[in-house]
Order: sequence, then structure tokens, then C-alpha cells
Amino acid sequence: MIWLGIDTSHTPLAVSIVKDDQVLAEYKSSLKITHSIGAMPAIEELLKKAEIEPHEIDAIAVAKGPGSYTGVRIGVTIGKTLAWTLNIPIVSVSSLQVLAGNAPYFPGIVCSIMDARRSNVFAGVYENGQVVKESHMSLVDLLKMLDESGNPVLFVGMDVKIHWEQIKEVLRDKVHQANAAFSLPSAAVLIELAKEQKATEAHTTVPKYLRVTEAEANWMKEQKKNGHE
Amino acid sequence: MKKDQYILGIETSCDETAASIVKNGHEIISNVVSSQIESHKRFGGVVPEVASRHHVEQITIVIEEALNQANMTPKDLDAVAVTEGPGLVGALLIGINAAKAFAFANGLPLVGVHHIAGHIYANALVQPMEFPLLALVVSGGHTELVLMKEDGQFELIGETRDDAAGEAYDKVARVLNLPYPGGPHIDRLANESDGAVPFPRAWLEEGSYDFSFSGLKSAVINYQHNAEQRGEEINPNHLAAGFQQSVIEVLTTKTLRAAREFNVKQVIAAGGVAANKGLRKVLEETFEKENIPFYVPPISLCTDNAAMIAAAGNSKFSAGKTGDMSMNGRPGLELNSWN
Ligand SMILES: Nc1ncnc2c1ncn2[C@@H]1O[C@H](COP(=O)(O)OP(=O)(O)O)[C@@H](O)[C@H]1O
Ligand SMILES: [Mg+2]
Repeated sequence: MIWLGIDTSHTPLAVSIVKDDQVLAEYKSSLKITHSIGAMPAIEELLKKAEIEPHEIDAIAVAKGPGSYTGVRIGVTIGKTLAWTLNIPIVSVSSLQVLAGNAPYFPGIVCSIMDARRSNVFAGVYENGQVVKESHMSLVDLLKMLDESGNPVLFVGMDVKIHWEQIKEVLRDKVHQANAAFSLPSAAVLIELAKEQKATEAHTTVPKYLRVTEAEANWMKEQKKNGHE
Repeated sequence: MKKDQYILGIETSCDETAASIVKNGHEIISNVVSSQIESHKRFGGVVPEVASRHHVEQITIVIEEALNQANMTPKDLDAVAVTEGPGLVGALLIGINAAKAFAFANGLPLVGVHHIAGHIYANALVQPMEFPLLALVVSGGHTELVLMKEDGQFELIGETRDDAAGEAYDKVARVLNLPYPGGPHIDRLANESDGAVPFPRAWLEEGSYDFSFSGLKSAVINYQHNAEQRGEEINPNHLAAGFQQSVIEVLTTKTLRAAREFNVKQVIAAGGVAANKGLRKVLEETFEKENIPFYVPPISLCTDNAAMIAAAGNSKFSAGKTGDMSMNGRPGLELNSWN
């Protein structure tokens, strides 16, 4: 069983090929190369090195967001197009869960974050491998929630360093930061998570943005104001 | 005998998700367009992020439908052509990445197509293009006169310096409180009108093939504003007709002058505004008198579609110009020759 995993949901690019229980090849970078330029060549090169033809792939795993809207869409579009035209299953996994999957054995809460600007983050909170929360929220609210739980917390993700001072200030000695080696998503981790989750139909596989667009939010507000919900 | 060439075209540059299969650059085998216009209407215009979200939802469904309607499989195709730019970057990226993944999975060559080249080649789906050819491209984002001395060669001889014609139509429509997109509504009001407000024509410097519509747009807005100040009702038909007459006269006069100067064998109109009934009529009459064949594709091929991308892609692919897996969306892409 050959899996191809793709994560383009944030700045990092992660591609991996897993055959049965073996990671055959993996690509990971945090270079600021547009995913549209980088993702397909990385997939092409990795498969070539592994001497695997596209039609030999048995399943696709893709990170479905949240993250950069455009980034998420590139990975999901590539993944669903491959799955549809190769007629193979596709499993889409939360990008936050993929990041948190870098720290499977931490005794406590694992919290993955991506910066979402204006003091907001996309945050995933996991305990014993279970999802506690995945949402777009203010960092202040997230830290308050983690502080109230009283448990030790491990932060994962390349944006942790942007907010580290503020995190440390609230959670003090309860909090740890995953080191650089565990800060980028791994598509092998993505595939391992995908193995545990349900496949979706390629046509209906779409990103999970965790946020409506600004235009839609404003429109909904207008609708409410005008009294017809 | 030369083997038949089948191109899959994909277009997602704005608010239509489209896929089509075209044989030998001129015969439409299938043509699928999924429009998002209903979703964008509530915002009064295309919202880029909303457009991108819809494209991801539709893209594989639309490509599959194009294959199904053609009763073909990827193995029957010779290449995949996709709009590379210009357009909304987030929207372009969906078509491009789907095209790349599809081409890669099926071992097919990939061809990046300029959206305006697509609009021009829509004409190849109706009758053979003959060169030198002059194309008047008028759409929501473009107003250009393009001279083609040969297949695959483009020379930009004039373009708008401010608003595109379609943009001016949409803005004037807003003044009249018409629904989005306003072009067809202005067209209808103008055609039903029994009079016209005299609005200025922007000729620019002598000999220029460039266009300008922002002055006209302002004149329309001022006219409406002044009427309002005086508490007068404006006649929307007269306003629409006056606006449309100004646009048509400038477009037609400049196109005619260019057609004469460059001694073209064919004049074509392309783009969404080429669907305008008034414009089509005046251009037809003008070039009939001039004895130069004038063509404009049916309305379904004037607005965004993927058959036109496949048609242009066929010419570019035949010229040996293919792209690779690093193809990116290029919102400001220039119209370059491939021959
Ligand atoms: N009958 C018409 N008369 C004038 N303008 C029209 C007509 N039909 C469509 N349009 C205009 O065409 C534009 C859309 O054309 P399209 O080729 O899709 O533009 P683009 O691809 O540059 O966004 C819109 O501005 C619309 O108002
Ligand atoms: Mg167009």
C-alpha cells in the first residue's frame, strides 16, 4: 500500500511517500517558496527517486487546513485531483493535528498554533491524542483556557516563536516549546494520522478554513441588521 | 495524415470554473462552465476569496463532466491547457494546480495559456482565423486592440489607460441601481430607448489606439448627480443609450482605423462585452461596408469558458511551447507571442 502525503497549509512544504510501514522518502522545508511553484515539483521528484509511477499510488493524504487560505487550497486541489483521476481514496487531516502529531508522547496538552494575524491564532489543543479544540481564536483566550486546565503544555509550530514571550508570561513553568526539529509538519505523520481516519469522496473534499470570508461575515451581519435572517 | 489532436482546457481566472475538450483547435467536443455568479451577486461584484473557495469545490466535478460529455478518458487526450494569467491569483491557482496534478498523473504535456489569447482564439471555434487579423478584446478586465500577423503572434497596438469597457458598464449600471453584472442590463435599456443623453467621446491624442472610459463614467455619474440635485427624474433608458453610444462609437472608430492601417484580412471581437448587441450590430455594419470579414463568437463563447483556452492551447502546443510542474499563477501576465 503506497501513500502520498501533501501538506501545504502554511509556509512549510511537506511531501512524503509511505509504503506499508516504511517511510520511503520525505521532503520538508520552510523556505518561502510559493507552494504553487514548489509542491508539484517536489511530488514529481520524490516519486521519481522512489521509482514510483503515479498510477502505483494507492491513497492520498492531504492537510485540509486551517492555515493560509491559498496554501491550503493548493494542497487540497492537488490531492483531490490526483485522487479523482487516479481513482484512489483521499483522506484529509486537520493541519493542526498534523503539527501536533510531531509530539505524540508528551504527557500533557499538546497545542499547535499558526499565526492568524491581529493577535489571533489557529489553535489545536490535544490531550492523550484526542482533539480538545481546533479553532480560530485570540491568543489571549487560548492562553486563558490552557492556564485554567492546570496541565503542562507543549507548543508546536514554527509560529510559536512569534508569540513565545506572551505564552511564557501566562503559562510560566507549565509550558514548553518543541525545538526546531519538530516545528515543521511532516507528511509522514500526516499519512499515519490519515490511516486512522475516514476517506472522503474526491469531489467533495474541500479545505477546512475554520473562518468564513470577510465578505460573507459582513453580508451576514447586514442580513441580520435588516431583519431577514 | 496528421493525427487528430485533443486538448483539455481548464479556466478558473475569475468566477467561472470551466473545462472543455477541443479537437484540432476548432471543434468543441465538450464545454462545461460552472458559474458562481449567483453567489457573488449578494456582494455586488466578484469577491476573490469567495471565488477561490468555489473553484476548489467545483474543479474536479467540472473536469470529469467535460470528459464524460466527450465520452473520453485521459488516455484520449494529447495535452492539458490551462489559464496561467491574467486574473485573480487565488482563482488561477486552482485551475493551474488541478491541471498540473491531472497532467502529471496521466503523463500529459501541460500548456499555460494567456486568458486574452483564449478570448481571441474563441473565434477559431467558429471559423478559421486568417492573418493578419485584428482583435478587439473587450471584457470586464480588458479593452485592447491586438494585431496578429500570424498564428500565435500578438502585437498590442492599443489598450485602455484606465477602466476596462466592461468595468465602465458595471459601474454605470450601479449608478442606475441595476443588478450585477450590469453590462447586459445597460445593453437592454439602451436597445429599448427612444433617445440618448449626449455624453463625451474620449479620442485621446491623434492617431492613438488607446482607450479611456473613466471620463465617460464620471460624466454619467455627474449627470445623474446633477439631476438629483435639481430633484429631476432621470430617464434610465436615455442615460444607458447615451453611455452605450459613446462606448460603441469610440470602439468602432478605432478598430476601423486600425483595420485599415494594418490591412487586415479579418476583424474579430472577443470578451464579455463583445456580447453587447449594440456593439455587435455597429461593428457588423461598419465592416460590411468596409468589405472586411468581421466575426464575433456566440455569446456563450464570448464570456469566460475553457473551450477558448483549449483552442489557444492547441496552437501553442502545436508550436512546441509547453510548461512544467513549477507553473505558477501570473495575475499580471503579458500577452506574448508563441510563434
Ligand atoms: N451585453 C453586454 N453588454 C455590455 N457588457 C456586457 C454584456 N454582457 C456582459 N458584459 C460585461 O462583460 C464583462 C464580463 O466579461 P468577461 O469576459 O467575463 O470579463 P473578464 O474575464 O475580463 O472579467 C462584465 O463587465 C459584463 O458587464
Ligand atoms: Mg474573460
